[in-house]
Amino acid sequence: MKNYGIVAIRASIVFIVICGILYPLACTGLAQLFMPSQANGSLVSNTDGEVVGSALIGQHYDNPAYFQSRVSSIDYNGAGSGSNNYGPSNPVLLQRTKDSIEAWTTANPDVPVSELPIALVTNSGSGLDPHITPASAEVQIPRISKLTGISQERLHELVKKHTAGRDLGLFGEPRVNVLELNIELQTMIAK
Amino acid sequence: MGIVQIAVVLAVLVLLVKPLGTYVYHVFSNEPNKTDRIFGSVERFIYGLIGLRNREGMTWKKYVGALLLTNAALTLICYLILRIQQILPFNPNDVGAMEQTLSFNTVISFITNTNLQHYSGESGLSYFSQMAVIMMMMFTSAATGFSAAIAFIRGMTSRGNTIGNFFMDFVKAHTRIFLPAAIIVTLVLVALHVPQTLQSTLTVTTLEGAVQNIAIGPVASLESIKHLGTNGGGFFGANSSHPFENPNGLTNVIEILSMWALPAALPYTFGLFARNRKQGWVIFSAMMALFFVFLATVYSAELHGNPAMNALGIDTSQGSMEGKEVRFGIPQSALFTAVTTAATTGTVNNMHDTLTPLGGLVPLAEMMLNCVFGGKGVGLINMLMYAILGVFIAGLMVGRTPEFLGRKIEPLEMKLIAIAILMHPLIILGPTAIAFLTELGKGAISNAGFHGITQVLYEYTSSAANNGSGFEGLADNTSFWNITTGIVMLLGRYVSMIAMLAVAGSFARKQWVPETIGTLRTDNRWFVGILIGTVLIIGALTFLPAIALGPIAEHLTLG
Repeated sequence: MKNYGIVAIRASIVFIVICGILYPLACTGLAQLFMPSQANGSLVSNTDGEVVGSALIGQHYDNPAYFQSRVSSIDYNGAGSGSNNYGPSNPVLLQRTKDSIEAWTTANPDVPVSELPIALVTNSGSGLDPHITPASAEVQIPRISKLTGISQERLHELVKKHTAGRDLGLFGEPRVNVLELNIELQTMIAK
Repeated sequence: MGIVQIAVVLAVLVLLVKPLGTYVYHVFSNEPNKTDRIFGSVERFIYGLIGLRNREGMTWKKYVGALLLTNAALTLICYLILRIQQILPFNPNDVGAMEQTLSFNTVISFITNTNLQHYSGESGLSYFSQMAVIMMMMFTSAATGFSAAIAFIRGMTSRGNTIGNFFMDFVKAHTRIFLPAAIIVTLVLVALHVPQTLQSTLTVTTLEGAVQNIAIGPVASLESIKHLGTNGGGFFGANSSHPFENPNGLTNVIEILSMWALPAALPYTFGLFARNRKQGWVIFSAMMALFFVFLATVYSAELHGNPAMNALGIDTSQGSMEGKEVRFGIPQSALFTAVTTAATTGTVNNMHDTLTPLGGLVPLAEMMLNCVFGGKGVGLINMLMYAILGVFIAGLMVGRTPEFLGRKIEPLEMKLIAIAILMHPLIILGPTAIAFLTELGKGAISNAGFHGITQVLYEYTSSAANNGSGFEGLADNTSFWNITTGIVMLLGRYVSMIAMLAVAGSFARKQWVPETIGTLRTDNRWFVGILIGTVLIIGALTFLPAIALGPIAEHLTLG
């Protein structure tokens, strides 16, 4: 058994080196060599070629003329992640949702509240959800059309263009990437 | 589409069981085979590095000794690294040293394959710590659990005094299973947009001109072993709900299969060792049947949604989306939740604290049973423990001699099993009660009422089952929580492991008894029923009162 102790210590050091240093460094090397764009955070640029964020990390939009993202308790601060973890019976959850619905009704008087999808007024788990559901994009069209003067038909087309289906046609849910949607909307507004 | 995509994942899993189970058998049967040519020389090199000259089989006591010594050495070194991470390399974000009780909790959490995280990865760990402590322990703890399971299987199915050589099992689990699989899964994940870099936090100017900081790092290499090793500790605080850890539906499925395939294949491996494949399928079927019930419960509960939210007059047809990501929706979230606590991984792609009461009951109950597939190796050990118990109870009821795999079950084994079975509720319910008696414990609760009870219960259940997911609203980074959950994790990991290896050692030394007409068969449909019955009666009834006070009471108040 005395011999086991020495083997145990040597094994610990060997595996710290193999699994803790060599393995991640080798993976990093291969990833950077063959897939640099994916490996570095899938950054996206606007039409002028300036990096405006990551396709995978949601953003907050103050301007109501943009498509709005979901609720985020961390305000889409990508330095952290997470949410408030309100349990289903937590009164604060109900109050927050009621406030969101009220703000929504004020900003979107033309859309009946019964059409407001639950995804838009709930907090994602990460607080960084880059997507909204296609329905959540559609309901924002009347407001955006009014504020920007772009016709509802063109906005419908825009949303349709940026709607991604399920992966392999099977896994996950259809979704719209808000940042990519708004980048194109920005150029449409500018024209 | 929801049910279809779930069914496809289940079908792929079932298809993986046989080839994977066979491969694992070849790795650990110690009979010469083709894999030796690929890995043999690497392993001999590692044996040389660690000074392993004596490669003979160990008795169960020596096996446990080697296992504990290796785990102890890793724990001490990693504790030291966390305490001095500020002066070590790969720290571009200048993270400081980790506090004492938090370091204690973190190393215990990762060495026990729990991965309960009281720190937040973005701000609490340097890249060096993420790699040399977190990622490394994800390998070694998985290999430890896997080795224990294999040794247990050997004891149950072979004759003699020894149950294998721990160091050889430990090395082979790395070289032939976890390292190659992790490298492949890492590269696939990167191809699907999971980052893998050593640069510091990104700073970008957003579309509206604001500044956004985005934490990044060697995510993919952690993500792969986190699931393959049923570890579950995320690179980021939000774990696999973070879009960098799990960017789309396909990565979600890959992560689910990564954590699920090996635990699901182990019963088949067991069948091969026992020279009775049917016996393996019986164990698998019992696990799968229990899993179906849990999956159906969480899926329908989340789809049905939260009655309080549904009453607000908005369109709630999608289900309960609080704490969930749009790209996963209800089906991929529900499946992930059911699998992560079945396989006791503890990774989450949605926030369990925000699940509807009945939805949240599912992960809690799966961890309480701790044998529906179960974590790396440990789940199979637990299920076989229930099988022995089932044989014992059923055998006595119908007046047959309790035998399992041709060996008589005697008082020594039953005593050891009683210790293992009673330990689990004791270290869950005991500390939960203590937490409610003290201000230190109660102060952490963030959701009032019955949900608060569930928060505390979940934290200790997750620790005891070495799962690591949490009802994360709980403010658990305090000395009280760090120390109590640390102790629970240690007891939850090692007490039952040692007791069950002792059972295996005792089984190996027994005389084989020939099968007679009086033998209770354990490889047919009836035994699947007996096994499920034993799990439900022994496992579930213990926890029913606690569950009634938490999720069930909350469900009734939501109306």
